[in-house]
Amino acid sequence: MMTQIPEMRSTEELREKWKTPEVISGSEILLRSLVLEGVDTVFGYPGGAVLYIYDALYGFNDFKHVLTRHEQGAIHAADGYARASGKPGVCIATSGPGATNLVTGIATAYMDSVPLVVITGNVFSSLIGTDAFQEADITGITMPITKHSYLVRNVEDLPRIIHEAFHIASTGRKGPVLIDIPKDVSAAKTLFTPVNNVNLRGYNPRTVPNKLQLDKLVRAISEAERPIIIAGGGVIYSGAHEAMYEFVKRTEIPITTTLLGLGAFPSGDELWVGMPGMHGTYTANNAIQQCDLLINIGARFDDRVTGKLDGFAPKAKIVHIDIDPAEIGKNISPDIPIVGDVKTVLEMLIPEVERASKADAWRTQIAQWKLDKPLRYNDEGKVLKPQWVIELINETTKGEAIVTTDVGQHQMWAAQYYKFNHPRSFITSGGLGTMGFGFPSAIGAQMANPDRLVVSINGDGGMQMCSQELAICAINNIPVKIVVINNEVLGMVRQWQNLIYEKRYSYTDLAGSPNFVKLAEAYGVKGIRATTKEEARAAWQEALETPGPVLVEFLVSKDENVYPMVTQGSTIDQMLMGDE
Amino acid sequence: MERNTISVLVNDQPGVLQRVSGLFGRRGFNIESITVGQSEEAGLSRMVIVTLGDDDQLEQIEKQLYKLIDVIKVVDLSAKPMVARELALIKVKADPSERPEIMGVVETFRASVVDIGSTSMLVQVVGDTQKIDAMIELLKPYGIRELSRTGVTAMIRGNVQ
Repeated sequence: MMTQIPEMRSTEELREKWKTPEVISGSEILLRSLVLEGVDTVFGYPGGAVLYIYDALYGFNDFKHVLTRHEQGAIHAADGYARASGKPGVCIATSGPGATNLVTGIATAYMDSVPLVVITGNVFSSLIGTDAFQEADITGITMPITKHSYLVRNVEDLPRIIHEAFHIASTGRKGPVLIDIPKDVSAAKTLFTPVNNVNLRGYNPRTVPNKLQLDKLVRAISEAERPIIIAGGGVIYSGAHEAMYEFVKRTEIPITTTLLGLGAFPSGDELWVGMPGMHGTYTANNAIQQCDLLINIGARFDDRVTGKLDGFAPKAKIVHIDIDPAEIGKNISPDIPIVGDVKTVLEMLIPEVERASKADAWRTQIAQWKLDKPLRYNDEGKVLKPQWVIELINETTKGEAIVTTDVGQHQMWAAQYYKFNHPRSFITSGGLGTMGFGFPSAIGAQMANPDRLVVSINGDGGMQMCSQELAICAINNIPVKIVVINNEVLGMVRQWQNLIYEKRYSYTDLAGSPNFVKLAEAYGVKGIRATTKEEARAAWQEALETPGPVLVEFLVSKDENVYPMVTQGSTIDQMLMGDE
Repeated sequence: MERNTISVLVNDQPGVLQRVSGLFGRRGFNIESITVGQSEEAGLSRMVIVTLGDDDQLEQIEKQLYKLIDVIKVVDLSAKPMVARELALIKVKADPSERPEIMGVVETFRASVVDIGSTSMLVQVVGDTQKIDAMIELLKPYGIRELSRTGVTAMIRGNVQ
């Protein structure tokens, strides 16, 4: 297979040279600025309004450019790159339809606080507002789903805007920033002087917490009899997993990690109680409902975690640690609000806290719950169970792979049955629940980590929402192991129909799906199918041993539901446990 | 539900009004009135927004506003003694025989007549919202042909900023 992506080659010498002022075009300014911001990979798709930019990219090998087959693939890949690496993901699309095809991906990144710099072209400045060919007001369209956005009106502003965009995307509560560049601006020439400072009066994220509130928390920990920690994506985003571990080990407070927090704390640890919320564990949900001190670290009390807000953690004193002041009191009013960067907060707390000494009975209780009600499923019969497939992947990769998922039942099973031990090893669309995210995000994650094993777990529904990106795996030899858990239905929707809509299965049968093995082969990717455990083991082993991308389709039972499940409007200790 | 008046100092950038009003819309906050104009500093505009909501909602509004990069400062004016003013232009039907009566209302309110047509008068009134409401009530019986209110602009009394 030919490799299209050249290696990066911009040397320190070249970077130094670029720092000297020179008259160049807006497009060249963009490319040089990206390199100077440390960008090594860009995902994009050309079109009329970005032709000057793509012209400047011709023969430009100072970062890798991946040509996806759809703009949605590009932005999800950039998102996966960002989540896996911690660096801002970058993508480029043209005006109008190119830009609007990014909307789902921008909203996905916004909901999960992922740093992205999204570059769109626009029509000539003189045509803006005239409904010109391929014109869309993309800054207007994306205003509610970006952290900030720019429409560049003057090429002289471009260096400052690019630098600001990277700063805004990757500091404070991270998020996507959009830069819309009209075609004439990308063509215009000006003296380029790289910008190294940021001057934004209205933007001062507060990272250092209020000491008085920290003292209150320290006291609360020493007094608590039933404390619990909820750790969210913020722990991973702030690079606080080591501090998190130390904090938990020092206080010996049990910890539950949200969907986006999986990997923030090693799942094998005795103090870890699983994921909370709608498909959370019996232990996590009961611990939250019965605790007297709930310490939320970098999570946002999402409704999938809290269930019915009125009855959430009814006996608890609530502590909320978050970098975004607006999250504090949005859904739950905390007794101890702490605004700050999670890592900074934890590092300040660690020397102050001691073992929560009054909580021994509580620890025993939690250990008992874990023992009594572990996650389980019925594995009798010959049909492949999706949970078993996840366990197989977990076992063979020893929990060391980077796993990306799409959205639905397989996502919840991956969250439940894969044992995450490292941050940035679980990549999934939490807030927006975006189908089509799983596979392209794996491509981004693999680009960020060429030497790691990346497994993309998808359902048969979501796989069809971005399957065209099989092409870029093949042509660039991106060795993602693509799993399709095929139950031939839209599983999670069907589960709700099963449990809540009286088994009226309205349009959730995905008959007409392609033969996924042949689909993969059509793109030049190896495909394998498995219908029994023996076949599954062999197929998966073959996938792991085969260099390059492989798609493995597992045909599983369609009637399997995700349990536990908290239905909407219930408190989280009212769990359906399945038919045991 | 209380009526809150907040002052928002923003960068004078294209689209900033859209950012602020869009935030209110999508978060389900209500805007009763919004005024925007130049501030004391070049490059910065001041918006005065009147909104209905409880304390928690007001706190959320302030916090969400601060998330916008172009927002420099948010002040809850209604928490402090403030001066709030609104201007209204009211075109009222006025046959020559009714003019003296209308003039009486205008003078009592210290409003002014800024234009007279053959069958109408254009009244300008400045004051707090209640005063303008009252004035409109009194002019209604004559027949209001057109009404345009600016919305509230406001400031804290005294030397406080």
